[in-house]
Amino acid sequence: MSDASQSPALLEATDLVKHFPVRTGMLDRGPKEVVHAVDGVSLAVRPGETLGVVGESGCGKSTLGRLLVRLHDPTSGSIVFDGTDITTLSRRQLRPFRRQMQMIFQDPYASLNPRKRVVQLVGDPFRIHGEGSAAEVRRRVQGLLEVVGLSPDHINRYPHEFSGGQRQRIGVARALALSPKLIVADEPVSALDVSIQAQVVNLLDDLQDEFGLTYVFIAHDLGVVRHVSDRIMVMYLGAVVEIASADTLYANPIHPYTDALLSAMPVIDTGDDLEGTVRRSRIVLEGEVPSPINPPTGCRFHPRCRYATEVCSAERPQLVPYGDGHFAACHHPLGGASPMGATEGTTASEEGA
Amino acid sequence: MRDEIATSPLLEIRDLRISFRTEHGLARAVDGLSLSIEAGEAVGIVGESGSGKTISMLAVMRLIRDPNAVIEGQVLHRGRDLMQLPEREMQAVRGGDIAMIFQDPMTALTPVYTVGWQIAEQLRAHEPLSKRQARVRAVSLLAEVGIPNPERRVDEYPHQFSGGMRQRAMIAMALSCNPSLLIADEPTTALDVTVQAQILELMRRLRRDHGSSVLLITHDMGAVGELAERVVVMYAGRVVEEGPKEAIFRDPQHPYTWGLLGSIPRVDRARVRRLAAIPGSPPSLLDLREGCRFEPRCGYRFERCATRPELLERVAPGRRDACHLDPSVRPALRRAALDGENAQASA
Repeated sequence: MSDASQSPALLEATDLVKHFPVRTGMLDRGPKEVVHAVDGVSLAVRPGETLGVVGESGCGKSTLGRLLVRLHDPTSGSIVFDGTDITTLSRRQLRPFRRQMQMIFQDPYASLNPRKRVVQLVGDPFRIHGEGSAAEVRRRVQGLLEVVGLSPDHINRYPHEFSGGQRQRIGVARALALSPKLIVADEPVSALDVSIQAQVVNLLDDLQDEFGLTYVFIAHDLGVVRHVSDRIMVMYLGAVVEIASADTLYANPIHPYTDALLSAMPVIDTGDDLEGTVRRSRIVLEGEVPSPINPPTGCRFHPRCRYATEVCSAERPQLVPYGDGHFAACHHPLGGASPMGATEGTTASEEGA
Repeated sequence: MRDEIATSPLLEIRDLRISFRTEHGLARAVDGLSLSIEAGEAVGIVGESGSGKTISMLAVMRLIRDPNAVIEGQVLHRGRDLMQLPEREMQAVRGGDIAMIFQDPMTALTPVYTVGWQIAEQLRAHEPLSKRQARVRAVSLLAEVGIPNPERRVDEYPHQFSGGMRQRAMIAMALSCNPSLLIADEPTTALDVTVQAQILELMRRLRRDHGSSVLLITHDMGAVGELAERVVVMYAGRVVEEGPKEAIFRDPQHPYTWGLLGSIPRVDRARVRRLAAIPGSPPSLLDLREGCRFEPRCGYRFERCATRPELLERVAPGRRDACHLDPSVRPALRRAALDGENAQASA
């Protein structure tokens, strides 16, 4: 990202690409095709902030999350964590970095080994990194359970003895074990009931304040993402269409896809319109997200975009700055917004106002 | 057909009780659900997992096959009690006058036949149609639910459809016999936001065009807001509150409803510092209290909560709630519940 006005980034990714080869046809003898899961994504996450990543299924947000912590190897591009380029480090070289970047997964039923007790599940990171005696690990696991709001007495239980929300807390405790700097949370609350979602969101909030954590929060739920994020990145078919601060994105979306996504959120009318209440008119998008095997030419959103013109199918729009850290990739920005000139970074105030 | 019984509701559930015999004792899934739905009305049943909303509707459709299930109560439909109907007559009702759609379309579509074949079979089970006629109807149904190229799509298999398309195909199948009641169980939950909007739009249009009643079962207050006119909130097998949608959203009476509404981050207004989450988790169905089931998680409990609160009209006609709190103190408590923490946080 060119927006380096504030403190240096904890995590910086440049032009990340991840292609998955697939074969089609009988007995895999068909032509080799490529899923363009992530196609040229650049981002920077500052220490202590929460970067939200939203998009629909197949937009590449989960693949991106896994690339960031090197659970996938990128096809091209680079990842710099805390000043070190970790793109091509070997497993052994990665180890010291692994403990600083952890992941929380969507499904607390699938991500915890049902045959292990809590003390093993949460204590594994200590053992793997050779820290502490058995008694010491036990004590630290109990401490972690308390931090995430579980009873330290449950240390010998198995995952099936917990509810979904409690399991997700176990996942959070495990991620916290080695005091990481960065946590990539991939749909951490979407498998949970509404009231439990709110508990886990509040927990993640508290932990961030307490430990100064940096989050990359990946989700499809725009309400949750907006609630937790400082900045939000909207993805569509492997590419970033817009990035802005959470409030700016919701108040003044520039990309028509962001606008449609926001308008698709059902609104609960509690009748007590406060200052800052926004009423959007629903934009129902035609059709569905195209296949990432043969993404549309030019702007990937153009076949579903109501503002699309010839240039949109011919030329891929670049992510350009609109001031105040707001970037969008669109040939026809909404609301007559115009990108800042080549000399960026000075007159940011009009856009944010 | 609908006029002759216009005085009685289209469907009336009376004191439905469902429990399951398990090795750990009796699991009481539904404890006295009473609910009626008028012709043309859209009712939303809201609740979290384990609240009994889905199992109640499966009982209405007589789709619970578990031999350990104990089902009591009446389900009156067009003057008949569905619970007492012989299976053969029930089959005519199911998919005919009452149709149901599910969260996962693959539970209703078989992977081994084409979508068109499955819709045609459903039609021919209820109406005397030739294969040709049924196919023509299948194509027009697919067109009606917004599937592009229906003539070609009718010969495709479910796996060739995307998630949203499958949901549309299942809706087409449910609509094939022009049901007077459509029961929709989490029809949008598994779908992406923009596809959700499409499906809700489709359901709204179909309701307008066909005049069917809709019973929407969901955990998503947003979906209820889009589709339902009346809302029933369930918790641990009982109804805690019901009323017109606007009333439930604007003036909720039960502390559980407050918690549910406070747990949802709002996109239409300024961000709050903290969500008003409900502490704790729902009770085990094996170990339910006789009193208010929400009591252990409720911030406003008092002595009377140990006795069962009846579902009564307490604040306005057409609104019922099951809470012992005096209606006059509720608005202040609700404001504190929904805004209190944030008021403190920003102070």
